[in-house]
Amino acid sequence: MVKQKLVLRFPSTLVEQPVIYHLVKDYDLMVNILRADINPKKEGRLMLELSGGEADYRRALDWLQAQGLTVMNLKQQITWNEGRCTHCGACSVICPSGALILSRPEMTVHFDEAKCVVCELCLKACPARAMETLLENAK
Amino acid sequence: MGVQRTYEEINAKIKSGQAVVLTAEEVIGLVEEKGIAEAAASVDVVTTGTFGPMCSSGVFLNFGHPQPRIKMNEVYLNGVPAYSGVAAVDAYLGATAIPLSDPGNRNYPGAFNYGGGHVIEALVAGREIRLEASSYGTDCYPLKKIETVFRLSEINEATLFNPRNAYQNYNVAVNRGDKTIYTYMGILKPRLGNANYSSAGQLSPLLNDPLLKTIGIGTRIFLGGGIGYVAWHGTQHNPGVERGDNGVPRYPAGTLAVIGDLKQMQPRWLRGLSFLGYGVTLQVGLGIPIPILSEEIMAYCAVNDDAILAPVVDYSRSYPYREGGNLGLVSYAQLKSGEISVNGTRVPTAPLSSYAGAREIAATLKEWIRAGKFTLAVPAAPLPSVEAGITFKTLPQRHPEEGGF
Ligand code: SF4
Ligand code: SF4
Repeated sequence: MVKQKLVLRFPSTLVEQPVIYHLVKDYDLMVNILRADINPKKEGRLMLELSGGEADYRRALDWLQAQGLTVMNLKQQITWNEGRCTHCGACSVICPSGALILSRPEMTVHFDEAKCVVCELCLKACPARAMETLLENAK
Repeated sequence: MGVQRTYEEINAKIKSGQAVVLTAEEVIGLVEEKGIAEAAASVDVVTTGTFGPMCSSGVFLNFGHPQPRIKMNEVYLNGVPAYSGVAAVDAYLGATAIPLSDPGNRNYPGAFNYGGGHVIEALVAGREIRLEASSYGTDCYPLKKIETVFRLSEINEATLFNPRNAYQNYNVAVNRGDKTIYTYMGILKPRLGNANYSSAGQLSPLLNDPLLKTIGIGTRIFLGGGIGYVAWHGTQHNPGVERGDNGVPRYPAGTLAVIGDLKQMQPRWLRGLSFLGYGVTLQVGLGIPIPILSEEIMAYCAVNDDAILAPVVDYSRSYPYREGGNLGLVSYAQLKSGEISVNGTRVPTAPLSSYAGAREIAATLKEWIRAGKFTLAVPAAPLPSVEAGITFKTLPQRHPEEGGF
């Protein structure tokens, strides 16, 4: 069994492909959509969690790449620049998933990337701009 | 009457490495265990700290003259305007200044990615700064335009002068409206979605000397990772607000104007910040040592988060429109627990000021004093306190013709 959170980037020519349908039907995967930014004729972005058999999962990734999609591990999409973080705690009431947590009584902030759902709210809510992203169209 | 100490006695102990120094957090436990009298007898200095956004901050710069000389009339540092209505190559860069090209809140909420606070951080970090200045030209200062780059070490002076820092207590901000608002107190979610607060509470400098019995003009302090001084009372200094029996104000009260040489500060403790939909500011690390001159002073320093109360204020109406009133008082102990109750609603809390940073500043100052590197300065004059009878003013709004010249 594999369970993996991924970001799929679609070139504008492929946004109308029934990708999810194929993942479910041809590769027998369970798909949990975390977030989708899809607009006709523009580059699209889909964040999802895939689970299923190891071999099916590998074949599905190969198929996605063969279709021209970019596949990235969701975990690395949002990063916490610890050196810039001042541990102010402002993000702790903004992050909806509990990925940014203020520990008490230490009053220090920690980022648990496994819990991050890439909502991107922290990017501009963090006054020190300590939360960073690799996603180009995050604005 | 108990123990009495003078600054001279404390400084003699500091110089001989004998001074007993505790942070304002550590001293709480000591007083609980041993009582005020014994704690006062054993402790010479208590250190405090705060590391929060402080908008009323900025730096006076003297660039030195180019050849030929220039009387700078307009000055930009990394594109951020500085005030140059002073002598020829002097300017004041304020923490909240933003580039002329910044769209502000035209695409609401504005991001405010860069401004004066960031330039100050870059200066302290020793990074190269782009300077553009222009002038109308005079016989003594003929140059009309200059574009150059410089580093902090290459200019004559950079004096951090913050007209209002270290607020003694502050509002807890909430939003009772039905849309998210973007404020200097951070992002406030609708219908009491969160409550943001900004004081370090029991570690905060002015909450440990609530009646300003030791902190005065000339007090030597930790400022931006280096050494600074209290220059004056800060703007909006308002010691006359209601206080508890412990002397601690229940509303925003005293403030400090502080000064220090930027060249010996550290970027870690002067950080440019971007408040979504509000603007740019500077996060300032500031710590003040409190000499335990008597048991009375020790009693003030032993204050804990349970005994410091702050008002919950609605920033959707009451604050911006000056409608007055508040939604009750809460303690910093409640605020730091992560949740408060406002009119029966449970509201998650978040700080804007780094308590971990405040703790580190108090510990650093303690180490400086213990190592004999930092002695206490005797204030040249006290700051106005309760008995000064200061009344807080609002701006008159009348037609200039009614003014009467
Ligand atoms: S808001 Fe930014 S600086 Fe403050 S604790 Fe969160 S990540 Fe750190
Ligand atoms: S992207 Fe969203 S879920 Fe992830 S850390 Fe930031 S606020 Fe939390």
